[in-house]
Amino acid sequence: MRAFRYHRPADVTEAVALLDAEPEAAYLGGGTNLVDLMKLGVQRPDLLVDVTGLPLDTVEALPHGGLRIGATVRNSDLAADPMVRRDHPLLSRALLAGASGQLRNMATTAGNLLQRTRCVYFQDTGKACNKREPGTGCAARHGQNRDLAILGWSELCVATHPSDLAVALVALDAVVEVHDPGGAREIPLVDLHRTPGEHPERETSLPHGALITGVRIPPLPFARHCTYLKVRDRASFAFAVGSVAAALDLAEDTVRDVRLAYGAVAHRPWRAYRAEEALRGRPFTAELAAQAADAELAAARPLPHNGFKVPLIRNLTVRALTALAGAAPR
Amino acid sequence: MSAPPVGAVGREHPRLEGRDKVTGTARYAVEYPVDDVTYGWAVPAAATRGRISRIDTAQTLAVPGVLDVLHHGNAPRLAPGVDDTLFLLQEPTVHYRGEFVAVVVAETLEAAREGARLVRIDYDTEAHSTVLSPHHPSLYRPDTVNPGYPTDTAEGDFDAAFAAAEVQLDTTYRTPAYHNNPMEPHATTARWRDGRLLVHDSTQGSTPVQATLAQLFGLPPETVRVIAEHVGGGFGSKGAPKAPVVLAALAARQVDRPVRLALTRQQLFGPIGYRTPTIQRVRLGADADGRIAAVCHDAISQTSKVQEFAEQTAVYTRSMYAGRHRRTTHRLVRLDVPTPFWMRAPGECPGAYALESALDELATACGVDPVELRVRNDATVDPDSGQPFSSRNLVACLREGARRFDWADRDPTPGARRLGRWLIGTGVAGASYPARSRAATATAAAAPDGTFEVRVNATDIGTGARTALWQLAADALAVPADRVAIRVGDSDLPPAPVAGGSMGTASWGWAVIRACEQLRQRLRDTAVPAEGLTVEVSTADEVRAQRPLARYAYGAHFVQVRVDADTGEVRVDRMLGVFAVGRVVNPTTARSQLIGGMTMGLSMALHEEGLLDERYGDWVNHDLATYHISGCADVERIEAYWLPEEDPDLNPARVKGIGEIGIVGSAAAVANAVHHATGVRIRDLPIRLDKLLDRLPAG
Repeated sequence: MRAFRYHRPADVTEAVALLDAEPEAAYLGGGTNLVDLMKLGVQRPDLLVDVTGLPLDTVEALPHGGLRIGATVRNSDLAADPMVRRDHPLLSRALLAGASGQLRNMATTAGNLLQRTRCVYFQDTGKACNKREPGTGCAARHGQNRDLAILGWSELCVATHPSDLAVALVALDAVVEVHDPGGAREIPLVDLHRTPGEHPERETSLPHGALITGVRIPPLPFARHCTYLKVRDRASFAFAVGSVAAALDLAEDTVRDVRLAYGAVAHRPWRAYRAEEALRGRPFTAELAAQAADAELAAARPLPHNGFKVPLIRNLTVRALTALAGAAPR
Repeated sequence: MSAPPVGAVGREHPRLEGRDKVTGTARYAVEYPVDDVTYGWAVPAAATRGRISRIDTAQTLAVPGVLDVLHHGNAPRLAPGVDDTLFLLQEPTVHYRGEFVAVVVAETLEAAREGARLVRIDYDTEAHSTVLSPHHPSLYRPDTVNPGYPTDTAEGDFDAAFAAAEVQLDTTYRTPAYHNNPMEPHATTARWRDGRLLVHDSTQGSTPVQATLAQLFGLPPETVRVIAEHVGGGFGSKGAPKAPVVLAALAARQVDRPVRLALTRQQLFGPIGYRTPTIQRVRLGADADGRIAAVCHDAISQTSKVQEFAEQTAVYTRSMYAGRHRRTTHRLVRLDVPTPFWMRAPGECPGAYALESALDELATACGVDPVELRVRNDATVDPDSGQPFSSRNLVACLREGARRFDWADRDPTPGARRLGRWLIGTGVAGASYPARSRAATATAAAAPDGTFEVRVNATDIGTGARTALWQLAADALAVPADRVAIRVGDSDLPPAPVAGGSMGTASWGWAVIRACEQLRQRLRDTAVPAEGLTVEVSTADEVRAQRPLARYAYGAHFVQVRVDADTGEVRVDRMLGVFAVGRVVNPTTARSQLIGGMTMGLSMALHEEGLLDERYGDWVNHDLATYHISGCADVERIEAYWLPEEDPDLNPARVKGIGEIGIVGSAAAVANAVHHATGVRIRDLPIRLDKLLDRLPAG
């Protein structure tokens, strides 16, 4: 692997300045994805700026409800946090559905959001991949693509985003706090990840050197009334074949409000706005849930090996919402 | 003499080296401290078929710390004709994608890896063929199948009997490529000193590695020493010398320093062998009560253009169940792929999946309970050889398993049991595996202080073999086990066969017991002299003189699964296996072998699949994140039992071998349970949710 320098910055400003000056540098969080990719030659940074020593490792309640999660809070700590478990159980459920105990002990919040696709072609330097090497082609488009996208893909890239946490966060309208040389700013999480379009090598809207310092979750009165369903090929320690994050607010039998997001279907965590729209203000039934899923999935364009994801996500949507409606506080 | 000691055999005992392993002090092949050590990195071919036209190593040699690059143009010469899969770095020919075509040697692992990335190789490529199909133009009949069985067999008149049968079943089952994936990759430390070669190798048998290295490098065997004290699994893939030990020895000679070379996880998918994909047509002709009159098993698998390996897929069908008219065939296709090799129960494992699935389909077709169907078709003599069985307790395993599993309460209707969103079903399958022995040598030595040392070049690949041999030795010496030391895993020890074919304990134990018995006999007449007393025995004559009998272990698998009606996810609630395996030397490690095999069968049924990309000609899911192997969470309750079985016609240890029978039939039991749960029969493994999703009964 490429020889690299390693640095632990004193503060966020130093970290951002370092990356700004070094076009081939990368931030290092838990390293659970980046270090693997460095060994494989997929990523070849010449400088690692280890941000895990920065004071970004706390979970705080916000004054008017909601939560702020530091960028370097470990996945295990976040999942076990009493406030998270009580007020935002969707996060705990999504986190604990992913990876393994050992990986969650290392992986950070921001690192989880910024992890790379597990598309097998991306991870193999012997195969064509526009994301890894723009212009080389997408071997997955006509290759082994069972696990890949059904929504929002382009001819250049059919990869999916692998995170479970991101699916839960995007359902909860999370906002990402970012520092770059211009200062601090905020990006709605739903705008952080891109669809591949003409530039699959660009996975987020962040410029080189921007550092995620935290994630804020706005207050949501029905956040506790949620579920995260994840389908995978074995019982544990596997990426999703498809997942659904849902939170539901019923007034009598009518959908007052709803949050719905899908995982493992697109290049980014997929907030199901169309489905939400189809649900809001209507009397809840299983048929309505199915129609809502159909409304969202109308845009799906399955690849040769993953047509099953459409009925799978539809079924999961119905199950998630039906379970929440059945257990709705009255 | 004092009162006889309490017997060690049959008692629970943790592995002798268990503490060393869990505390990290047990050394594996690339963990021994070595002065002046260097690191080798194997460079895989990026072409599928062709010739290397040019190699440019300039960029590699410019990497700080890189010492040398070996390739066909400069590597030390090997003797041809020893083993074509090991004739490495000798010719520019590329036989398959991923074949090792160069080795970079450097002062650090990282520099070697970076150097490997920078080797520039140009290829003249040719069109390749990497997909097994039943209509492949180069389908052929091998002369024999692994490890020497006849390719085809026929008794009676299958065609006529099948045509006349009241119930006819004609089905085809497919299994994909499976990859062995031991925890420890294939890995070697090699060093040359004064013309002698010393290697620490991760292998299932250091005696054959020693012999092969001696032949390849033109050395007297006694100048080669191979140590494999601890081995992190092999599942067959380390049953013969593989590329890393040859590459490390070549590299160490080239740079004249010790070389460590370990494969990456990705590099284990191909070059070290794998279980071939299979296409298996099974035909059963039976009467309305399910009594089989005609059985035919036609198996197709692949081999490489480097060397032939013919999986004995249909051999299981030759001896398992009765039926007067029978036929089995094997056909192979030579593809531009790595050479398939042994993987836990080669032949029996994929073959039993097909036959035990077909029996389940026959039971359904006849309306006969699948346990009862198997009982009805039990054989009294080996249908293949006509020989009597040394012991055959298949029916006892089925009955005992059915009792423990409450099988009698089962409603045979498929898709009839539902609990919420879960469809629930149960399945059964039989199992058998040959109980073989091979010749071995061992020494037993007595010291004046009353202790003993027993030496045999067995290999403990994590199975507990070392501990079992120690228990056998203690009883044969009739002394408390704490006075006995056992040494294994070194080619300087008395030569013995590989850990494979479930014959380790039978073969090594035979030699150990005979050596100990002879020593004990000698000590009846004499005291132990000051310099100690050693006896050495070979079992060659005794093994050769075995009575001709059909010797098999048997088993029965019972499985309950639940299938999510919304998602098609299959979860295994319970696996229960009952086995008749002769005597069990150590219940602790025996149970681990059996449940390990059963879980590996579950993994085969539901999870594992090498996904080939025909354009590249290799498997794209070559790591443990994308090639799924079952974990503990994939089976919620797992039980292995064994029947008390005393078979006097086996070997002095009276064991049948337990390393493989757990995986035989296990996948079929899972698949049969999925069918019972859903009414859907999936005949191409693995049974993934996408194959079930649109076929499940409505809620």
